[in-house]
Amino acid sequence: MVPESHYVALSAVLFVIGVVGVLIRRNPLVIFMSIELMLNAANLALVAFGQRHGTAQGQALVFFVMCVAAAEVAVGLAIIVSIFRMRRRLSVDELSLMRW
Amino acid sequence: MLPLISFRAIAPGMALAATACLLLLLDLLPTRGRKDHLAVVGLAGVVLSMILSLGLWGSDERAFNGMVRLDGFALFFNLVIGFATGLVLLLSIDYLRRQGMESGEFYILVLFSAVGMTLMAGAGDLIVIFLGLEVMSLSLYVLAGWFEGRLEAGEASMKYFLLGAFASGFFLYGIALIFGATGSTNLDRIAVAVAGGAARDPLLIIGFGLLVAGFGFKISSVPFHMWTADVYQGAPTSVTALIATGSKAAAFAALLRVLLSALRTVQPDWAVLFWGLAVLSMTAGNVVALAQQNIKRMLAYSSIAHAGYILVGVVAGGALGGGGVLFYLLVYTFTTAGAFGVILLLERDGREAVAVSDLAGLATRHPVLALTFSVFLLSLVGIPPTAGFVGKFYLFGAAVRTGYVWLAVIGVVNSAIAAYYYLRLIVFMYMREPEGSPTVLVPSLPAGLALAVALWGVVQLGVLPAPFLDLAQAAVIPLLR
Repeated sequence: MVPESHYVALSAVLFVIGVVGVLIRRNPLVIFMSIELMLNAANLALVAFGQRHGTAQGQALVFFVMCVAAAEVAVGLAIIVSIFRMRRRLSVDELSLMRW
Repeated sequence: MLPLISFRAIAPGMALAATACLLLLLDLLPTRGRKDHLAVVGLAGVVLSMILSLGLWGSDERAFNGMVRLDGFALFFNLVIGFATGLVLLLSIDYLRRQGMESGEFYILVLFSAVGMTLMAGAGDLIVIFLGLEVMSLSLYVLAGWFEGRLEAGEASMKYFLLGAFASGFFLYGIALIFGATGSTNLDRIAVAVAGGAARDPLLIIGFGLLVAGFGFKISSVPFHMWTADVYQGAPTSVTALIATGSKAAAFAALLRVLLSALRTVQPDWAVLFWGLAVLSMTAGNVVALAQQNIKRMLAYSSIAHAGYILVGVVAGGALGGGGVLFYLLVYTFTTAGAFGVILLLERDGREAVAVSDLAGLATRHPVLALTFSVFLLSLVGIPPTAGFVGKFYLFGAAVRTGYVWLAVIGVVNSAIAAYYYLRLIVFMYMREPEGSPTVLVPSLPAGLALAVALWGVVQLGVLPAPFLDLAQAAVIPLLR
């Protein structure tokens, strides 16, 4: 059986990949995917910790997170599409109308 | 077994949610494009929610298995959120029509974001805080980009969304780690675990750090403030007012509840962290604000600085500091909503007058408006007899009494720096002559009413603050038990 600490380690790795992805990628869609990865890393951690403490609460929390992530996708994609309609290109480097 | 459902405990939030759902239906009625009635019904819902909060005053109970708390703290914040939402609804009515962006969904989203805020204020569990935060934020992301087709609005919305979702990722991972360290997301049980020795668990420390990053984003504290100026500038002015007042108050409510009820036993540890955040926010916010030429941007940096002032009260903690924070958030709501309310009434050459130079000569043409704006600005500086003075006095006073004298000194020095850029606006209004076409005031009855309420708040809390201070301090007591 895979010990619970392995799952926690994997979730930490996924989380860091997500953070790095947000910081270095330039396409809003890919940044958004990286954010989703962060949320799913948290999901994995919740389930693993729930296992450690012997409660189903961790798994229950995952459902809430999934709902939130789905709502976030709906709003986020709408915003990205509306920007794309205005600019016809998609890169966060171009979002520099306002600075300082 | 299903948990016991207590509608009493969530009544103020339910009133807002029910009103929002009612508006969804009313929006379908054919009314030839006029949507004023939706704002009026929404306002009625906000008033109902505030009346319910007043009616429940004095209750102290836990509901939904400790997920939701009904106590003075939640009720006080319900009132602050009610004022913020009500003022924003009033300010939006004519403003949206003027900008050609009138639509029923606007008012619905404002109300749904208010539902999220009340949920955060009354949360007894980290996951409820997260859900409230998301309900609030998702509505605000859309509202920030309301002026569809304008590049600035799209940019504001996108930046707010990407950075906000990034921050909520941190927030959620923090919750997961705290759950790992303590075996629960309930604030009471976390408190027990922390007192029982979990405080040294690296999982809890890292988790708490991630949680603070998430909160830091929402209260726009340095170094999590990068979005603030752009979003404040690009969003519709009435939405900016909501982001600056309601969402900030709700985030501070949740932060204060986590710190004071779950982590009170380790206060010296987190006080150091927030000491640093407070100093950074105050100083960076004020210094960058000095250089701004756009009033909305200037107020954005000013709001970063104010987050720093409020964090001074958080560092002090206890009934004194906590009470100071609550009182200041009430003051800040009236003051900031008022200041943004004045700006959204001004137009020059058919576009919004948001540059500092647009204010030149305002006092001679619109003396009442100029005077009103001056009162709000003086309150932001913290000059007696405005409410801002009393609020700052109690925040810094709490810091001195709990031994953080240097923090209070830095706060006072910062207030002096801040006076420069606020007073500059007053100088422009009263002592400069306008160049080119003059700035005009676009009259609006609802917005005038909102300004009158905000002005009343600033004067009332400045001249007779005692009853409200007592309320604020009493509201913190349930957290300290």
